[in-house]
Amino acid sequence: MSRKRGSVAVVGAAESDLGLVAPEMSPTDLMAQATLRALDDCGLKLSDIDAVFASHSQSRMGVLQLCEYLRIKPRYYDSTIVGGSSFMAHLAHAQTAIENGDAEVAVIAYGSTQRSVTRAAASSREFLYYESPYRPFLPSSAYALAASRHMHEFGTTREHLAEVAVAARKWALMNPVAWEKEPLTIEQVLNARMVSYPFTVRDCCLVTDGGGAIIITSAARAKSLKKKAAYVLGVGESIGHATISNMPDLTVTAAAESGRQAFKMAGLKPSDVRMLSLYDAFTITPILFLEDLGFCPKGEGGRFVANGAIAPGGKLAVNTSGGGLSYCHPGMYGLLVLIEAVRQVRGDCGQRQVKDCNVSLAHGNGGVLSSECTVILGSESTL
Amino acid sequence: MPNEFAKSPLGVYIEHCKKGELAYQVTEDGKPVFFPRAAAPVTGGKLEWRVSKGLGTVHATTVVHGAKDQKPWNVALVDLDEGFRMMSRVEDIDPMQVKIGMRVKVRMTAGDEKQPPYPVFTAVEGSR
Repeated sequence: MSRKRGSVAVVGAAESDLGLVAPEMSPTDLMAQATLRALDDCGLKLSDIDAVFASHSQSRMGVLQLCEYLRIKPRYYDSTIVGGSSFMAHLAHAQTAIENGDAEVAVIAYGSTQRSVTRAAASSREFLYYESPYRPFLPSSAYALAASRHMHEFGTTREHLAEVAVAARKWALMNPVAWEKEPLTIEQVLNARMVSYPFTVRDCCLVTDGGGAIIITSAARAKSLKKKAAYVLGVGESIGHATISNMPDLTVTAAAESGRQAFKMAGLKPSDVRMLSLYDAFTITPILFLEDLGFCPKGEGGRFVANGAIAPGGKLAVNTSGGGLSYCHPGMYGLLVLIEAVRQVRGDCGQRQVKDCNVSLAHGNGGVLSSECTVILGSESTL
Repeated sequence: MPNEFAKSPLGVYIEHCKKGELAYQVTEDGKPVFFPRAAAPVTGGKLEWRVSKGLGTVHATTVVHGAKDQKPWNVALVDLDEGFRMMSRVEDIDPMQVKIGMRVKVRMTAGDEKQPPYPVFTAVEGSR
């Protein structure tokens, strides 16, 4: 492992317009808007950027489009695309580039207009010969199959799943830019329109527009900037499979490996983490990640989240933005997962700020529980 | 030099389906492989074709709800007795009654111009 604990920091973070954006906005409009906001957040200029990381589903060449749009000539670029965890991977790769002297200031940007143009248009469905004839509703049905195994092996219930959605909604009501504005009950989740059993529509993430950007630089440079930084204490990346039929064990994700790497690099343990940002594409995913990242034993995730344990006032703060379930889910949602974890460490979260949040964890998930990437962030006091 | 493959892995699989056979591959040391590939995973070695007996066990299951005018349908992962897993659908019963651990047997669909025959499953009598 070449990457060193705390060698780089996220110094700027911003969302683009979210929810339902203006007609004819493009993903690149949103990436550019978020990039400029993130630069403004840290006091750096466009001309400072010498590394660009971007990938999204509405164009094959996101890096080219963002660089053309803002006239950036990067020394280093990377458009790794492994689904919603791509941006955690980008952060890990940016750290390597900065440590090696291949770059000094990196931007990671994302944008999607999937609500405006429809999900089908934003993310064309691939024909998978050995799956598509059975008409799974992907990705929902893949996660539903994993949930069916978790319920079968460990006694996880639909009520446990619904707890995740209800907790997310409670947090969302404290986030002024969250898409959802009304309270939600367990009964409402259970009785909502069924999508792919055991998931109702309330077990599934939102379909919104949105985007974001973060700026990364060396720890030394971070200390000279106007705002507090979120230092990268640990990163981990792990790839499992591409299709759900080929997932080795439906109840154990590659987060077990990415988390192990990230905690090892950070020299920390789960009990050191004050806030988690876990990719909640479906209500089963935070349950799986709480287990695989070591916050509870395998199989106990459902019981762990019961009785409002991850809601405001619960025993562990998870997805304080309201998550992909209630705040915003513009396709590959991982960059917004990271942004909330950055903001918590910087103390920027207002009403939903977690007290004394010196360490946060952002976990990204891509594909169908396929690619798992973990980032542990800390305030300057943790260095 | 001629191309190595006269028929693709998928092409061979479909030929078997048209004969009513669920085909899979095995590695040189006998490990089952599915989906069909041009080379063995891990070792990169050669693969041989086999025909499954078509008996298996439901490993995971969901019920997909489509448009309002469509009846919900099953999607399952089935573990074949030869030791490979595939996605399929268990038919002829209420999709909510497809249970993990249920024994199932393969049935080839008829196929049409757009979609060649493909394997689905039905419950083995007395397995519920």
